[in-house]
Amino acid sequence: MTTPSLSSLIMAPVNAVMRIIDAPLRRLQKATGIGGMAAFFLAPNMLIFGIFVLLPLVINFVYSMTGGTAFFLSERDFIGGAQYSRLFECQNYLDPMSCQEDAFWTAVGNTFWFVLIQVTLMILTALITALILNRELAARSFWRAVFFFPVLLSPVVVGLIWKWILQRQGLLNFGLYQFGMEPYTWLTDRTWTFAATIGVSIWAHMGFYALIILAGLQAIPKDLYEAAEMDGTKPARVFWRITLPLLAPNLLVVVVLALIKSVQVFDEIYVLTGGGPGTSTLFLTQYIYETGFASALRNPGLAAAASILMGGVLVVLTLIQLGIGKRGENKGKR
Amino acid sequence: MGEIKLTDVKKSFGALAVLKDIDLHIKDGEFVVFVGPSGCGKSTLLRTIAGLEKVTGGEIEIDGKRVNDVTAADRGLAMVFQSYALYPHMSVRQNLAFGLENSNMPKAEITERINEAARMLEIEAYMDRRPGQLSGGQRQRVAIGRAIVRRPTAFLLDEPLSNLDAELRVSTRAELAALHGRLGSTMIYVTHDQVEAMTLAHRIVVMRAGKIEQVGTPLELYNEPANRFVAGFIGAPHMNFLKADVVEVSGEMASLSVAGGYRVQVRLGHAQLTPGQKVTVGVRPQHLVVSNDPLSPSVKVRLVEALGSETVIHGDIAGEKLLAVLPGQQRLNAGDEVRFDLTTPPLHVFDDNGIRLLTHAGQVV
Amino acid sequence: MGKVARFILRRKGGQGWHWTDIVTWFWLVGGLIIMFGPAIWLAFSSFKTPAALAEFPPSILPYVTSQATVEGYDKPLMLYDAKMPDGSTRVLAEVRRIGLVAQMVDPKAPGEIVKVNINDRSPVRTMSFATNNYTEPFVHFDFLRYLWNSVFVTVVATLITLVVNSMAAFALSKYEFKGRSLAMLVILATLMVPLSVIMVPLYSIISTLGLFNSLWGVILPTVATPTGVFILRQYMLTIPDELLDAARMDKASEWQIYWRIVLPLTAPALAVLAIFSVVWRWNDFLWPLIVLSRRELYTLQVGLSIYSGELNVQWHFILAMTVVTMIPVVLVFIFLQRFITTGIAGTGLK
Repeated sequence: MTTPSLSSLIMAPVNAVMRIIDAPLRRLQKATGIGGMAAFFLAPNMLIFGIFVLLPLVINFVYSMTGGTAFFLSERDFIGGAQYSRLFECQNYLDPMSCQEDAFWTAVGNTFWFVLIQVTLMILTALITALILNRELAARSFWRAVFFFPVLLSPVVVGLIWKWILQRQGLLNFGLYQFGMEPYTWLTDRTWTFAATIGVSIWAHMGFYALIILAGLQAIPKDLYEAAEMDGTKPARVFWRITLPLLAPNLLVVVVLALIKSVQVFDEIYVLTGGGPGTSTLFLTQYIYETGFASALRNPGLAAAASILMGGVLVVLTLIQLGIGKRGENKGKR
Repeated sequence: MGEIKLTDVKKSFGALAVLKDIDLHIKDGEFVVFVGPSGCGKSTLLRTIAGLEKVTGGEIEIDGKRVNDVTAADRGLAMVFQSYALYPHMSVRQNLAFGLENSNMPKAEITERINEAARMLEIEAYMDRRPGQLSGGQRQRVAIGRAIVRRPTAFLLDEPLSNLDAELRVSTRAELAALHGRLGSTMIYVTHDQVEAMTLAHRIVVMRAGKIEQVGTPLELYNEPANRFVAGFIGAPHMNFLKADVVEVSGEMASLSVAGGYRVQVRLGHAQLTPGQKVTVGVRPQHLVVSNDPLSPSVKVRLVEALGSETVIHGDIAGEKLLAVLPGQQRLNAGDEVRFDLTTPPLHVFDDNGIRLLTHAGQVV
Repeated sequence: MGKVARFILRRKGGQGWHWTDIVTWFWLVGGLIIMFGPAIWLAFSSFKTPAALAEFPPSILPYVTSQATVEGYDKPLMLYDAKMPDGSTRVLAEVRRIGLVAQMVDPKAPGEIVKVNINDRSPVRTMSFATNNYTEPFVHFDFLRYLWNSVFVTVVATLITLVVNSMAAFALSKYEFKGRSLAMLVILATLMVPLSVIMVPLYSIISTLGLFNSLWGVILPTVATPTGVFILRQYMLTIPDELLDAARMDKASEWQIYWRIVLPLTAPALAVLAIFSVVWRWNDFLWPLIVLSRRELYTLQVGLSIYSGELNVQWHFILAMTVVTMIPVVLVFIFLQRFITTGIAGTGLK
């Protein structure tokens, strides 16, 4: 043995602790056998899953059928489906503003348009980025990293960065000023703010999807392209007849994944706009959060009911994703 | 001491019975080899002895004590794995020490045992290297060393040579034999290679489909295989089997008709044969001798493999395949006709269940 | 240099610029500016004084207008380069401004007022980094506290994540037992249950457990990540079972096998999960926002968002603290980005 390294110095006390833990565990192993140890290893994880995921999932249904502002279930009154009917109570079903919970339907409408536009544009830019990164580039890993950078940033930081850029003395107005245009308060304009939320969330997440699409592109065997080249196929035709069909399963998974994330949009938008101006960028998660916790007239039951409706949408999307994944696997086997 | 006794051992995975009623008595200091085709249960049997698999029935005793419910760690055995299973993140020294540390042995004794094993196996030069930095043969030695330092009641070796190249395998085989001679402890060795089995074993246990087909010394198995399976499995190339009819039984002798009517005489011994009975005659390729007698059965040569020191003939005899290994170099070509003497070589006669009825000694030339 | 340029500007086919080459370079260079530009802009801005931040048009680098204390005036005065009628330029301090005329004095001769048209003077500016944007929030606000809370949550949650998930992954990859597929299913199902769906009941559970307004309430619900279990299990499946058997023959207990054999061999996957976990926990926002309502418990993310949502936003502090919040993630990006991108490409999980 040579002189002890730094890591061994750090590990020495940890190892000592582990040795102390080992003694009772050996006894446990004697008593329960190796199979019992499997349960022991699984237990902490299952306990945490149980308490913090499964239990809330079940309680959520109970919550959605109770009323009042109290948080402890025992202090809440059972009111059956009243929260759901409240969500769905409208005078005119074509006009969300006529509903009792107009904020909910505004959030649903905003989220719908947000998801539709954001996912479409984001997948498109991610696909273009991936196609470009898949070319024979010098320093490809550098360029890949460039587009990935915002993915790591926290939503709060993303929100603040863009709030700073879009504000009146911000970089955007400075840019426009250089071209002789007047500064504008972008975040007080309903349409521009909505557009900004879409742009910012694409900026923040596009790199992640580009990365997955790129992995899909690189999984397409090179010899297919070589064969096409030997056949004298035009590049456009190669893209439509080889790249796109072979990428399709991967792309479909990416789209569903993006949909799932997009439906839950909250953090960076909340910091950027706070849901405003007015309710123009109020999305579902923020509605649930504010109904459940933040507003003066908080109503956890109503929030729970809304979250279950949103959960239903997510479950459908996830099942679609799993279905696609399964089909992809089977294809691979054949 | 290292006496191991298996009584009626059964093992099944769900509905699949992997070991069926295994009875075996391994004496202290014995070198026993389990051999058989892949999937025959030999590795499972070794793992049940080790304690890595629980038996579903029967008894395992080590030195007279029932160990069915004793864990692998407490059976006092050591195992050498096919993949060596050296801990990749530990140095050779740490690999050897790991098991000893687990049984709370004093540091000084651990060092002493490791040094002794290292000297014995000549692995001192790379004690501080990691397994990934060693060659296959070196890893092999370390794996054996890890077993030796434990001073186990018995060594269990699971195809330990199968990952070595042919040349190394031969030399390591010899070293293993020497090691056994020096340590004198019980060794149980699993292989699918019958040459390893023949060269290493005191006794060979031939297994097939979860059952023991025969237990015996290498030469017992070679000379008096219990059945067609053992006969075919031991010896390379494998034994020829020819269909035969019992034509006549008179006193000590029986007359068989093989290869489309050719008659051979066999000594009955204790066997019972009845005229008209269908049997199979087995003859080893090495025992066939070219005959000039025009009455000897004729063989059509299909392929000649000239190996220099010997020549392997693939041929057809009355519609059945026949292999012959002839000494030296022969002037034979595909398409030639050649006659073999079937009266002189030792013949094994099997009934239609494959059980050996008798062996006719013959006269090996 | 020529070689490098040729390499970087390598084009399809070699002869001439194909239109796809132009698109590629347009996209890449545009991407470089758009992806990094905003963060860099923010970082530059964070060194500006409040006055410089309020300027329009803004300058890229942090400049301040020089000031001088002039005899006979209580407050420091702004310094300007003033063009004199004779065409020469003098450095003067502005006393007051009336309409288009600025009344100025020479700092060296403060007695005499010089009248200058405001179009004939420009401020004397020097580059200066307003480092107290960084020190102030730490000293006078609670940001040091928030930083500590964030670090605590990130480190503890990551350590627990590694232990708990690796134990589960070990059980699910190396043991056969009844209910194993059920456990896998449960873990898979949790992938479908994002926080936004269960935040109300989860809040009540946290309250019941007395973890409301506690950093542990932030940590515990996040540590059993299905992604973590999957990454580690996938990796552990590649460790040969013979190794475990060998350890069992070596008298190792199952706990020792986990600790001494399996964990060290899973180190690469553990590293990936650790990096993921650090980024996740550092960036967490909604859940800490719900659980933490006392100022001294805020994490950086919560503190930043609360301060930036106030009516009178002190942007110079917010910007500086945003940069501080970005630092760990930027470090991860610079040094460990490769682990993450290969991790995502390999598993498709975020």
